[in-house]
Amino acid sequence: MALHRFAPLPPDLAQIQGQMEEHARNNGLDFFSTIFEVVDCDQLNEIAALGGFPTRYPHWRFGMEYEQLSKGYAYGLQKIYELVINNDPCYAYLLKSNAITDQKLVMAHVYGHCDFFKNNAWFGQTNRKMMDEMANHGNRIRRYMDRHGVETVEEFIDACLSIEDLIDIHSPFIRRHDEPNRYDFSSDEDSDRPATPGRFDSKEYMDQFVNPPAALAAEAQRLEEEREASERFPADRRRDVMLFVLQHAPLRPWQLDVLSMLRDEAYYFAPQAQTKIMNEGWASYWHSTIMTRYGLDPADVIHYCDHHSGTMATSAGRLNPYKLGIELFRDIEDRWNRGRFGRDYEECDDLVAKRDWDTSAGQGREKIFEVRRVHNDLTFIETFLTLEFCREHKLFSFGYNNDTDYYEIESREFPKIKDRLLFSLTNRGRPMISVVDGNYKNRGELYLEHEYNGVELQLGYARDTLTNLERLWTRPVHIETVLGDVPTVLSYDGHEHKIEKHKVAAAT
Amino acid sequence: MVMRIERDQSRFRQIVRGKIRQNLRKYVSHGEMIGRQGRDLISIPIPQLDVPHFKYGKNGSGGVGQGEGEVGTPIGKGDDEGEGTGQAGSDPGAHILEVEVSLEELAEILGDELELPRIEPKGKANITEEKARYTGVRRTGPESLKHFRRTFKQALRRQLISQTYDTRDPRVVPIREDKRYRSWNTVPLPEASAAVIYMMDVSGSMTDEQKEIVRIEAFWIDTWLKSQYDGVEIRYIIHDAAAKMVDEHTFYHTRESGGTRISSAYKVCAEAIQREFPPSEWNIYCFHFSDGDNWGEDNETCFRLLSDKIIPHVNLFCYGQVESPYGSGEFIRALREGIADETDKIVLSEIEDKEAILDSIKLFLGKGR
Repeated sequence: MALHRFAPLPPDLAQIQGQMEEHARNNGLDFFSTIFEVVDCDQLNEIAALGGFPTRYPHWRFGMEYEQLSKGYAYGLQKIYELVINNDPCYAYLLKSNAITDQKLVMAHVYGHCDFFKNNAWFGQTNRKMMDEMANHGNRIRRYMDRHGVETVEEFIDACLSIEDLIDIHSPFIRRHDEPNRYDFSSDEDSDRPATPGRFDSKEYMDQFVNPPAALAAEAQRLEEEREASERFPADRRRDVMLFVLQHAPLRPWQLDVLSMLRDEAYYFAPQAQTKIMNEGWASYWHSTIMTRYGLDPADVIHYCDHHSGTMATSAGRLNPYKLGIELFRDIEDRWNRGRFGRDYEECDDLVAKRDWDTSAGQGREKIFEVRRVHNDLTFIETFLTLEFCREHKLFSFGYNNDTDYYEIESREFPKIKDRLLFSLTNRGRPMISVVDGNYKNRGELYLEHEYNGVELQLGYARDTLTNLERLWTRPVHIETVLGDVPTVLSYDGHEHKIEKHKVAAAT
Repeated sequence: MVMRIERDQSRFRQIVRGKIRQNLRKYVSHGEMIGRQGRDLISIPIPQLDVPHFKYGKNGSGGVGQGEGEVGTPIGKGDDEGEGTGQAGSDPGAHILEVEVSLEELAEILGDELELPRIEPKGKANITEEKARYTGVRRTGPESLKHFRRTFKQALRRQLISQTYDTRDPRVVPIREDKRYRSWNTVPLPEASAAVIYMMDVSGSMTDEQKEIVRIEAFWIDTWLKSQYDGVEIRYIIHDAAAKMVDEHTFYHTRESGGTRISSAYKVCAEAIQREFPPSEWNIYCFHFSDGDNWGEDNETCFRLLSDKIIPHVNLFCYGQVESPYGSGEFIRALREGIADETDKIVLSEIEDKEAILDSIKLFLGKGR
C-alpha cells in the first residue's frame, strides 16, 4: 500500500518548497531530504489517525482516532495543519485545501521539525527507516491475523498496549545490564562455597581481636545479602517492563514477535513525547523567523498573522507547547545575545544594572542550536525556565481540590510552578513503575513497584492494566503502590482483583 | 477509493455497538445528562475507548497553566483533562467526550438503540391545517408581494408594442397596469398533533428518587414523541388523595403527604381530554407513574373511569409503577387482572430503578401507536 498513490507536488508548491528549503539551509538548519505530499482532508485524517504511517497494522484505536478527527473536521472544530514523520527521508503531508500562505508556513515549520529530528540527541537512536519498518510490522501483523484470527491478535495487541509506556526511555543510550550468558554455569558452583566469612589465623587468646565477632557477623550478613541478591530475579529493578515480559513470559512465537514490534514502536515514539515543547517550539521559531524575514508576500501578511496567532493561543487550563517552546527559545536567544547568563549576571543584585544588562555577547543563535541538540523537555525547562519568564508569561500552577472537585489555581510562586511543570514532564508524565520480582513468592508471579511520589494511581485503570498484564504473564501479577497514604498491593490472579493494605504501625 | 482506515473504523464501531448499549443505559440513568443547553441542543457523551495503562489519578495531581486569575480560581472540573498529568472520567476503560447533539438527533439515537417503531398517527390525514402556498400571479396586491420579473416583462412587452422602447436608451418603466403580484392559495395539509398527559403520584411514599426516575423517563418520552409529531402539547397532573393540573416545574418538585386515590387523577385527566383535546383531532398519550399504593376500594372507580372515559379516546395509556422504599403496591396487579386484557392500548411496566428506565421506555413506545 503505497505512498505513491499521491501525485507529485504541483509546480507552484514545488517552487515554494525550493525557496523554503534554501531559507532553512541558509539559516543553518540541517535536515534529511524532505518529501512533501499533498493530500485531501480524509487522507490527512487517515494518516494522522495512523500516527503518520499509512501502512500501519490494523487496529480499532486508529479507527477511533479517525472518527474523532473526521468528526472534528466536519463540525469545524479542528483541523490538522501539518504532519511530519521522523524518517530518512522525512515525510510531510500538506492539506490540499489549505491556502498558499498556509502551505508556506507549514513547509517552513516542517523544516524546523526535520532539523530537530536529525540533530536532537534524544532522537539519535530512533529508527530512521521507520516508514519501511512500520510497513513491515503491518504485514507481519496482518499475516498473524490471517493465521490466528483477527480477534485473537487484536486482543493480544490490546494487552500489549497496556504496558506500552512501561519502557525505559533512557535505555537506548546506556547499557544497564550485561547480557546474561546462558552458557555460564559458574554461579551454580559458586553457591557451593561456604557462605561464611573467612577467618584469620590467630592464637586463641587473640582471636576476638583478630577476628572480632561483630565484624564477622557483619561480613556474614553482607555475604548473605549478596547471595540473596544473586538469587533474586531480576537481580536489580527493571524499568523496561515490556522487555522483561518479552524475555520471560511464556509467549508463543507470534506473540513474542507482536510484543517486540510494539516495543520497537514505543521506543520510536518515546522521544516525540519527551520533546514536545522543544520540538514544537523549535519548529515554530523557524517558521516565524523564515516567514517574517523572507517568506511573506504583502498579500500573505494578514493570513499568516491570523494563523500564527491561532497556533500560539493560550488557555487557562492548558499549557500550549508551541507557545511555551517558541517563547523559551526566543528568551534563550535574547539572553545569550545580551550575555544575561553566568555567574556575574546571576549574582548581580543591582536591579537596574540587571535589567539593562547587555554585554553584546551575541551568542544567541549558537546557543539555541546547542540547546536543540542536547536537551529534552525536562532538562530544557529545568535549565532555562526563569523567574522572569514565569512572570512575563503569567504562568501558574494548578492542583486538584478534593473538596470542590475542581482544578484550582494553586500558586504563582516560581519554584512551585517549576516543580509542577517538571513533575508533569518527568517520565513523560507517567508513573514510574518497575519490575522488582519476577518470581514473587517463588511461584513465578510478577511483582511491580510504583515509585510513589505524592500522586496516586488511578485505581480503575490500574486494575484493568493488571488484567491485561496477567494475560501476558499468565501468572498472578501484583503492583505495590500507595493509596490514601497507606502502602498497598494491588493483585490480580486471573479471577479476581485484590487490594491489600499494609498495616502501618498505629500512631495513636 | 476504499480507504484502509475504514476497516479500523468499522471495527471500532462494532466495539462501540457492543459498548453503546451499556453506555446508553448508563447515561440515561444519569439525571444530569438531560440538562438542556442552548435552545434545543443537549450534550451527550460520545464513547471513547481507552487502552488501560498505569496512570495518575486526580488526588494530588495538577499542572501548569497560563493566564490571569487569583490563587484559588477554579479552572476546570475534576473530570476534565488537565495538562500533562490529566486524567479521564470515572469509569475505567471509557472516557467521555462531550458532543452537542440536537434533540432530533438524540431522538434518532434513542429510536435506533431501542428499535422503536415509527408511530402511525391514528386516523390518517383527518386532521388538517391550512397552509399558504404561493402558486399564481395576479394584477393587484400589496407592493411587498410584487413579482419583479413578471412586472418587468409585462412593461417591456407594452413598450415594444407601443414602440416606446428605445434600443439606445433601454429603460423599462413599469406603469400601474404592468404590475404583477404573487398570489397564494390555501392548501389543506394533514397535520398530526399529540397530547401527552403525565400523571404522577406525589403522595408521601414517593421519594425524590422516584420522582427523578419519572423525570428522566418523561424527558425521553417527550423527546421521542416530539420527533414523531408536528405539535406536542403536554399537561401535567399530580395527585395524592386529590388531583390537580399543574405546570412542569410544580409537577417535578411538589411533595405532598397523605394517601393515594388514583381515580382522582383519572378524573382530571378525563376532563382534560374532554375539554382540550377532542380525540378526533389529537393523538392522546397518557402516562401515569405511581408506587401503586392505592386505596383498595378506589380501584373499581379507576377501572370505570379508564374504560369509559379514557381508554376509548387515547392512543396509549401507560402505567409505570416505580418501586418506593415502602415496597411496590398492588395497583399494577389490579390493573393487569382488572382491565388490561380488554384492550391493547394499556401498557404496564414496573420500574425498579434507574437502570430499568430504558426497558420501560421500550415497552411503552415499542408498540408504535
